[in-house]
Amino acid sequence: MPEASSAIDDNIDYSDIESKYQVQYDDGFDNVLVVDGVPVIDKSKLERLLAKVTKEFSKKGVSVKQDDIFMPWDNASGKSKGFMFIEFRNVDDANLALATIHNHPFDAKHTFKANRFTDIERYTEMDETYVEPKLENFEPREHLRAWLADPQGRDQYVTYRGDEVLIQWHGKPSQCEVAHKPDWKDFLYVAWSPLGTYVATLHRQGVRLWGGLSWQPQQRFAHPLVKLIDFSPCEQYLVTWSNEPIVVPERAVQGPQYFSPDDEGNNIAVWDIKSGDLLRTFSTQTDGEPHSAKKQMQWPALKWSPDDKLVARITPGQMISVHELPSMFLHGKKSLKIEGVVDFEWCPLGDKDKEDSVAANGSTAKSSKKVQENMLVYWTPEVANQPARVTLLAFPSRTILRQKNLFHVTECKLFWQNQGDFLCVKVDRHTKTKKSIFCNLEIFRMREKDYPVEVVELKDTVLDFSWEPKGERFAIVSSNDPNLGNPGPGVTIKTDVSFYQLDHGKNDFRLLRTLPSRTSNAIRWSPRGRHVVLATVGSSSKSELEFWDLDFNSDDAHRKESQADWGSGIQLLGSADHYGVTDVEWDPSGRYLATSASAWTHTLENGYAIWDFRGQELVKHIQDRFKQFIWRPRPVTLLSKEKQKQIRRNLREYSRAFDEEDAAEESNVSAELIALRKRLVDEWNAWRTLRMKEVGEERHHKLQGKDDAKEEIEVWVDEVIEQIEEIIIE
Amino acid sequence: MRPILLQGHERSLTQIKFNADGDLLFTCSKDNVINVWFSHNGERLGTYEGNNGTVWTVDVDPLSKFLVSGAADNTLRLWSVSTGKCLYTWEFPTAVKRVAFNDKGTQVVCITEQRMGHQCAIRVFEINAEGDGTKQSKEPLYMFNPIGSKATVCAFTLTPNVVITGHESGKVALFNVKTGEEIDSNERAHSDVVTDLQMSKDWTYCITSSKDKAARIHDTKNLMVIKTFNTETPLNSAALAPNRPFVLLGGGQEAMSVTTTSLRQGKFETRFWHKVFEEEVGRVKGHFGPINTIAVHPAGTSYASGGEDGFVRVHHFDDSYFKAKPYGDLEIIE
Repeated sequence: MPEASSAIDDNIDYSDIESKYQVQYDDGFDNVLVVDGVPVIDKSKLERLLAKVTKEFSKKGVSVKQDDIFMPWDNASGKSKGFMFIEFRNVDDANLALATIHNHPFDAKHTFKANRFTDIERYTEMDETYVEPKLENFEPREHLRAWLADPQGRDQYVTYRGDEVLIQWHGKPSQCEVAHKPDWKDFLYVAWSPLGTYVATLHRQGVRLWGGLSWQPQQRFAHPLVKLIDFSPCEQYLVTWSNEPIVVPERAVQGPQYFSPDDEGNNIAVWDIKSGDLLRTFSTQTDGEPHSAKKQMQWPALKWSPDDKLVARITPGQMISVHELPSMFLHGKKSLKIEGVVDFEWCPLGDKDKEDSVAANGSTAKSSKKVQENMLVYWTPEVANQPARVTLLAFPSRTILRQKNLFHVTECKLFWQNQGDFLCVKVDRHTKTKKSIFCNLEIFRMREKDYPVEVVELKDTVLDFSWEPKGERFAIVSSNDPNLGNPGPGVTIKTDVSFYQLDHGKNDFRLLRTLPSRTSNAIRWSPRGRHVVLATVGSSSKSELEFWDLDFNSDDAHRKESQADWGSGIQLLGSADHYGVTDVEWDPSGRYLATSASAWTHTLENGYAIWDFRGQELVKHIQDRFKQFIWRPRPVTLLSKEKQKQIRRNLREYSRAFDEEDAAEESNVSAELIALRKRLVDEWNAWRTLRMKEVGEERHHKLQGKDDAKEEIEVWVDEVIEQIEEIIIE
Repeated sequence: MRPILLQGHERSLTQIKFNADGDLLFTCSKDNVINVWFSHNGERLGTYEGNNGTVWTVDVDPLSKFLVSGAADNTLRLWSVSTGKCLYTWEFPTAVKRVAFNDKGTQVVCITEQRMGHQCAIRVFEINAEGDGTKQSKEPLYMFNPIGSKATVCAFTLTPNVVITGHESGKVALFNVKTGEEIDSNERAHSDVVTDLQMSKDWTYCITSSKDKAARIHDTKNLMVIKTFNTETPLNSAALAPNRPFVLLGGGQEAMSVTTTSLRQGKFETRFWHKVFEEEVGRVKGHFGPINTIAVHPAGTSYASGGEDGFVRVHHFDDSYFKAKPYGDLEIIE
């Protein structure tokens, strides 16, 4: 037929249409795979081998009949050639088999290597001459830390209200603006990564990461019905958890970024953020005690070492399993078996440690200086005659650095100072009768030889403990309120707040000051130390915020207290109130504090407020259905120590420029405001004068209209004469 | 200064009014009694008794001779201010929700409730001031039924025979009472029921409050919205403070949900807003229920608020109120 038509009008070139509609013949071999790495056998073992192979395949979810397998034979030797052809029902099955069977270890010596039959044909026919590949043009990606280049040095925060997420800048009044208004839909909540590079949203299908200047999607992790996520400290890995065990439906997409049938039934998944690959999945169900669902799960369930190289998981009462990254293999192939272990924590890396490790990496040649090992601390409770014990362990060498025995222990909590200089173990102890509980603070000094321990004994129950970041001080909230432990509606527990500081002279911790009879139950240190906010959170009747400065007298960060003014630098800067506050958070620069009342906790006066470090309210928004407020974290500064020191020394010079900026801005704002008010008043006055004039005219008209009547009234005046008569009567 | 607490009512207040001189304060409540007080010391002068139901509304004429009241017993009553005697009673098929004198005190406008098949009606009566006031015409001078949403508040304007009304739908309208014709209307003045309407000193503008949490100043001539005051609570009353550029707003959450929330949650404060800049300048707390009605002394020296809690609080302004110039020396015409 095409010939006939071309014969009629041969001017027209149909080649494009013909090529477009040319029927693609199925060459019929797409459903055939070639599997290499099959054991070489003789005829007698064929039956058994085929049975084993089909079983292996069906285990992977691909059904193969023995008839579909063709094994070529070397007739000379009477043995198989070590490969086979398998024909599948259709192309999809073949693809699935290819993904699951390729690199599958059949036994100790043999690993299957699968290829498409058509591929083999194609590669054998390939042109052998080398053609240099074209270099792809480099397309720069957006810088993920673009927000740090803000010329005004502002911080960002994200708010989530109703279905609406806003990413906003916070700075001086004129510099507060919306940075981005994303149209993310249907998610549980948002979370920043620990260095602020990404923002994560939790959707039904999984987690999505966004970042860069224009908030493009950066990565996604398909963990359906994900409920909780946790980033590793260096943002290399992500842990996700869902209460629903993983189900891999048949014919689900397979690949490094997706769950495989092996992962079914697990709840926790570990992902590589950069590649998006799934590294490993875990189950939260501990073996032996199924459905202990009543016990609250610990989150994060996996604890990361500060350098992202190790991740540890606890099986309560039994062991701590440490996995290496990125392989996620169990370190040393065995867990740390610790009878009764309850909890553990990794030691954080201080700034100095980080510098050291960077230096060590930079000069690997002379690695004479031993790279510091990671440390972790765990505790075990009292069992029978054995005392409770807190153990400090180095990893990966698994050497015990320090152990301390404790008696009459109800509960321990482990608190590291963020530089890893100190460790405080808050030990809730009971008296022999177990009727009353009191508290000991066992403080380990990590930078000294043999890790000396000091005990601070307290008579009250300690509700909250918090180290000053980068400092030598800590604050505790303690209480001896009889209502403690049986909270009722409207009951606000009275608390005392105390500050302690390391006394360099005696080398122990001494009480700085106690603030008695308060209701505060939350301590929030500024990320730069020195300033601290005491808040009453979660109470229906009290919602106080107190802003304290611990170095009020010395304006230099390097303080040297003499004994005389011990604790005298503590000064209340201001107090405020945010009704129904549920969350209190400092911004990463320590300049501002944000408080929010989330609709997830209660529905009264939801919204957020931003305060400066003195407790002056800067912003307050009461918004229905307000859910979340989170500051964007900042990565560690890139400036060297010397540079930082220099800046601190020349602070006066810098601050002059900032002061000028502030003054200019203030006058600018007030000038604008004054102009606006002037305009409003002028408008109002113009309108008023107009109306008053009208009214005046109307009155005038009316008066004129009534002139006649007025004259008549004058006639009435005559009657006044009668009054004279009255006088006569008098 | 400490407020004077007037404890003369057993139930929640419905409306309070100063007389033209400001020496007397009339209060009415759901307990069927109207009280009159000396505004400077809070001493009770007397009561007006005879109503058989919630007294929804009162007004007093410019000469403080007559008082009119509207009540849930379907009556409009005329009282002698000085003797406390009921001079005349008009009866209607439904309750009287709002009454108001005109600027001369010669006419009274009243709104009757839409209920039991009766439409909401606006009637105007001529007050016969001759003699002892007991000789009043039974029939209204004018009567009409506003079409559409029922009227909740009303007042005379300076133009004879024109009244301004606030409606359940949030509409504010001007009606010619003679013909019943709607002269002008602003359908979207508020988005919820209009709860109060008070005239300025010279009757050229008025302030309305609404459950939509806003109060607005309207030009009574063309119903143009001049100012808007957006608060975070439903408003029950709004008043203009003479001689100072402030408006007073009062309200709070619905009475039915008061018991379930805390005091601070209820927002039962009187809010002071700047009339021109539309900014909140201060709050006065004290009531432990929503504020139902606010009135300001005609000379602007004190104000009174009546609440759902049954109390009237009379506040005399401190010196600082008159002297303070929070916005500098801008001259604002009253």
